[in-house]
Amino acid sequence: MEIKRNAAKVVIHVILILFSITMLVPFVWMILTAFKSVTEATSVDPFIILPKVWRKEAFISVSNNMNFLLLYKNTLLLIAGRVLAAIITATMAGYAFGRLNFKGKNFAFSLVLFQMMIPGQIFIIPQYLMVSKLGMLNTTFALVFPGFVTAFGTFLLRQFYMGLPKDLEDAARLDGCNIGQTFLFVMAPLTKSGMVALGIFTAVFAYKDLMWPMIVNPDNNKATLASALAKMQGQYVSKFPELMAASLIACVPMIVIYLFFQKQFIEGIATSGGKL
Amino acid sequence: MKKELNAKTTSREKSEFIWGWLLILPTIIGLLILNIIPIFQTIYQSFFKTCDFGKGNIFVGFDNYSKMFQDQAVWQALWNTIRYAIVEVPISIILALILAVFLNRKMRGKTIYRTIFFLPMVAAPAAIAMVWRWLYNSEFGLINHIIGHKINWISNPDSAIYSIAVIGIWSIVGYNMVLFLAGLQEVPRDYYEAASIDGASGMHQFFNITVPLISPTIFFVAVTRVIGAFQVFDLIYMVMDKTNPALQKTQSLVYLFYRYSFTEANKGYGSAIIVLLLFVILFITIIQLIAQKKWVHYN
Repeated sequence: MEIKRNAAKVVIHVILILFSITMLVPFVWMILTAFKSVTEATSVDPFIILPKVWRKEAFISVSNNMNFLLLYKNTLLLIAGRVLAAIITATMAGYAFGRLNFKGKNFAFSLVLFQMMIPGQIFIIPQYLMVSKLGMLNTTFALVFPGFVTAFGTFLLRQFYMGLPKDLEDAARLDGCNIGQTFLFVMAPLTKSGMVALGIFTAVFAYKDLMWPMIVNPDNNKATLASALAKMQGQYVSKFPELMAASLIACVPMIVIYLFFQKQFIEGIATSGGKL
Repeated sequence: MKKELNAKTTSREKSEFIWGWLLILPTIIGLLILNIIPIFQTIYQSFFKTCDFGKGNIFVGFDNYSKMFQDQAVWQALWNTIRYAIVEVPISIILALILAVFLNRKMRGKTIYRTIFFLPMVAAPAAIAMVWRWLYNSEFGLINHIIGHKINWISNPDSAIYSIAVIGIWSIVGYNMVLFLAGLQEVPRDYYEAASIDGASGMHQFFNITVPLISPTIFFVAVTRVIGAFQVFDLIYMVMDKTNPALQKTQSLVYLFYRYSFTEANKGYGSAIIVLLLFVILFITIIQLIAQKKWVHYN
């Protein structure tokens, strides 16, 4: 029995390790290719896995062509703008929908649910025309624009507020707090984990967003990491080390942050995804 | 609601009304401007022929729609999208479920496995697509080196969409797994202990305890993944060059929407395509909602 159980454990580990390798190979190959020369990367005979010398040429070449500091800055502004807006508006609305009773609440909440069921591309043309009419194309404002409010985040935080005990609110009221004070000083601080979850979720998807930055910020100086990568692909057709170097530069910051905070990332995204 | 309306409760009701609307106002105004009105604008736009960025809108009635229904490329794009979803969704769910069951125990390296499987979620899709293109490269790609054949993974019109679906599976499997792990946490341990005492095998336990008990999570993941898969764009846009001979057989509805709306500046036709996608997604979601009664167990 014991042997059988151990054997099963080993088999499971072997499967998990093989799967881990499958998941990691693209990342490893990205790194290895980025440090090779084109000849090395495309050598067929002999096939080279590790670069003979770890070259920096590809990184230098793409850095001369693309201003990565600027791209980091633009992406960071996009993320910061969307995260802040999402947390503030969703915390407010989430509290009202989760804890207060007022006329028109159900109708207002049905708008939130309705938005969540509609594929997002349907909003894109009108949103683009709005930004364009405001004369705000190629700005940080344009990048953040669709994320000023979040139906999903409102729903998520409402769930968090609904899970809080009623006596806290009553105690605050007895102490003479009005609704605004109760919300701001008693209830909102209790949903910190919800805010963190929403913040991480918003940040990751803002970072990954490709179509919107391509549409509203076609200017090279206003691109994000994602949209700049899409553009550079056409220019570096088969310069694989350069393509991989740029991908690496674009991916590393988020991956490093993720590795440090993997627990918060995974739990944040799991609770966000699972709370729907 | 309450029969005895004394002064205190009415003032409470009044202040809840004021605060409630004050707090939801930014969100509601934002939703109306950014989402609700745009839905109607997009539908409205789909009845117009657009030239040069909004200038010269000509009302054409249902012309965009009748053109769309005769447009071979649109039907092909719908079919491409369906083929992508049919491969990506079930495989990513089954793999994720198996991995979640494996990891749902006290074991060494659990955190490391979880971290690795989830990794693609935090990488830019543009970068993911570029590295997979490189892996798929028919001349110098790693995959063809390993198997020793020169297969045209992404330029063969018959199979390219499946190669893209593989990237989709690789990207999403860890996310699905994390959602399943959260669902599995709710399954009481004693169910398994009781089953073990009764001599139920691991397989038996999986199909008779695990799957029914987390069927609400499976259903949720299936619905959201189908919706996500029908909106596939990034991977196709990044992997398929405009000159790729397989482009016709891989472009998705959202890809066509993007091309018509923003490359060819025919926003009317692009709007019609996205309205079609809206109805397709609604239709499939309703079918899933009806079908769930047969297999999803809520307690």
